[in-house]
Amino acid sequence: MLDPIQNLGKSGLRFFERLGRACILFARILGGLHTLIPRLGLVIYQTYSVGVLSLLIIVVSGLFVGMVLALQGYNTLVDFGAEESLGILVALSLVRELGPVVSALLFAGRAGSALTAEIGLMKATEQLSAMEMMAIDPVHRVMAPRFVAGFFAMPLLAAIFSAVGVLGGYFVAVGVVGVDEGAFWSQMQDAVDLRDDIYNGVIKSVVFGVVVTWIAIFEGSDAIPTSEGVSRATTRTVVHSALAILGLDFVLTALMFGEI
Amino acid sequence: MADNNILVKTRDLSFKRGDRVIFDGVDIDIRRGSVTAIMGPSGTGKTTLLRLIGGQLKPDKGSVIVDGENVHELRRSQLYQLRKRMGMLFQNGALLTDLNVYDNVAFPLREHTNLSENLIHKLVLMKLEAVGLRGARNLMPSELSGGMARRVALARAIALDPMMIMYDEPFTGQDPISMGVLVRLIRLLNDALGLTSIIVSHDIQDTLSIADEIYLLAGGKVVAKGSGDELKQSSSEWAQQFLKGQPDGPVPFHFPAEDYADDLLDGKPGRAQTRM
Ligand SMILES: Nc1ncnc2c1ncn2[C@@H]1O[C@H](COP(=O)(O)OP(=O)(O)OP(=O)(O)O)[C@@H](O)[C@H]1O
Ligand SMILES: [Mg+2]
Repeated sequence: MLDPIQNLGKSGLRFFERLGRACILFARILGGLHTLIPRLGLVIYQTYSVGVLSLLIIVVSGLFVGMVLALQGYNTLVDFGAEESLGILVALSLVRELGPVVSALLFAGRAGSALTAEIGLMKATEQLSAMEMMAIDPVHRVMAPRFVAGFFAMPLLAAIFSAVGVLGGYFVAVGVVGVDEGAFWSQMQDAVDLRDDIYNGVIKSVVFGVVVTWIAIFEGSDAIPTSEGVSRATTRTVVHSALAILGLDFVLTALMFGEI
Repeated sequence: MADNNILVKTRDLSFKRGDRVIFDGVDIDIRRGSVTAIMGPSGTGKTTLLRLIGGQLKPDKGSVIVDGENVHELRRSQLYQLRKRMGMLFQNGALLTDLNVYDNVAFPLREHTNLSENLIHKLVLMKLEAVGLRGARNLMPSELSGGMARRVALARAIALDPMMIMYDEPFTGQDPISMGVLVRLIRLLNDALGLTSIIVSHDIQDTLSIADEIYLLAGGKVVAKGSGDELKQSSSEWAQQFLKGQPDGPVPFHFPAEDYADDLLDGKPGRAQTRM
C-alpha cells in the first residue's frame, strides 16, 4: 500500500539531489571561468569540436527546413493572393522559432551526446580522478572549456541555420514557384525587426546553448562509471535536452511575444 | 607537529561503502623517507586507502594527516596545494587518452609550472628514459600495453618531483626485466630524491625486498605490521598465511557470502543473468 508513495518520494528525492549536484557543478564552472584565460587554446579547440564539426548537419538541415517552409507557405498564401509575403513567413519562422529550436535539438544530438560520452568515459577510465590527484581540477581543465565552447557555438550555429534556411526558402520561392524576387526580399526587410525578432532569437539560442551544454557536461560527470552507465547518461542528455529546449522555448516565447 | 618523522598518519580510520564496512579503525604511520608497503587480499580496500589519503574519499570516522595537515578538513584550494606534493600511480595507469605519451608526462609540468618548452622537453625525456620508454614518446595511450601504460603513468607521477608517491600495484603486468628495473627505480627514487613511497602490491618477494615496513590489511583492520623479516618471523597467523599463500587460515579468500550449500540448493538466479 505504501510502496508507490514511497517510490514516488524516493524518486522525488533523487531528482532534487541530482538537480542540486547539477547546480553546484554549474556554479563551480562559472567560478572557474577565470582559469580559462591561460587556457585559451583549449577553448578554441573545444569550440572547433562542438561548433565547427556540427556545421554540416546544421547547414544541411537549415537548407531543407527553409525549402520546406517556402513550399508549404506558398500553398497556403497563394489562396489569398499573398504569395509575395513568403519572404516574411520564411524569415520570421526561422529567426524567431525554428532557427534556435531546431538547431538546439540538432546540437544536443550531435555535440551534447558526444560531450556526455567523452566526459563519462574519462570518468570511467579514472582520467578525472587522475587529474584531481595531479592537483588539476577537472572542472577547470575539462568542463569549463567545453561549457564556454557551447555558449559561443550555439548562437552562431542558430544564426547560420537561419541564414541558410532563408537562402533555401529563396531558392524555392523565387526559383521554383516563381515569387517575385524583389518583393520577396523587400517584404522580408520591412517585416523583420532587429530588436523584436533577431535579438529575441539570439537570446533564445544563448539560453538553449547554456542549458544543453550544462546538461551534457553534468550527465557526463554524474554518469555511473561503466559502459552501461555512460550509455544511459548519453541517452538522458539527448532526452532531457530536448525536453528542456521545448519547454523553455514556450516560456521564452510567452515572455517575448506573448501578450501576457 | 610533534611527530615530524611521520609523513602520513591515519587514526581510527573508518569507512563504509553502503552497509559494507571497508575499514574499521585503521591506524597507520608512514615514516618520512621510507618505503611502506600495504598488502592484503584483493578487495580489502587498499585502493580505497590510497584514495582516502589523497582526499578523494571522505572517511566516516577518524582522520588522515599528511605532512601535518588533516586532509579532510582542508578547503579545496588547500587540498589541491597538498596534492601537488603527492604523486599517485593508478592501478590502470589512467593516462589521458587524447594526449600522447610525451604530452601525458608533460601535462602536470605544463599545468603547474612556467618552465619553457625546451626545459620541459628535457625533463620529460629524462623521466621517460628512467622508465625505459623514451622511444615510445609519440605513441598514443591506446597503442600501449598495460605494463607500458603503467610505466608512463609512473613517469608522469614523478614529473613534479613530489614529496611522496603512492603506487597502486606498479608491478602487475611487468615482465621480469622491467619488474627488476621498476623495483630498483622505486628504491632509487625514494633514496636519491628523499621521497616517501607507499606501495600497494601483491608481489610478496619484490615487495619484501624493497619495503622498509609492511602493513597487512584484512577484514577492515591492520592484522600485522613490521619489516619483512619481522613478518616472516612473526607468529601472526595472518602474516604466515598471507606470505605463504595458503588457502586456509584467518584471511578469507571468499567475498562475504551466505552459506555455500544453502546458496546452491536455494537456486535464486544472480542479478547478472536477469540483466544481460
Ligand atoms: N565505487 C564503489 N562502490 C561500492 N563499493 C566499492 C566501490 N569501489 C570499491 N568498492 C568495494 O570496496 C572494496 C575495496 O575495494 P578496493 O578497490 O579498495 O580493493 P583493493 O584492496 O584495492 O583490491 P585489489 O587488490 O583487487 O585492487 C571492494 O570490496 C569493493 O567491493
Ligand atoms: Mg586495488
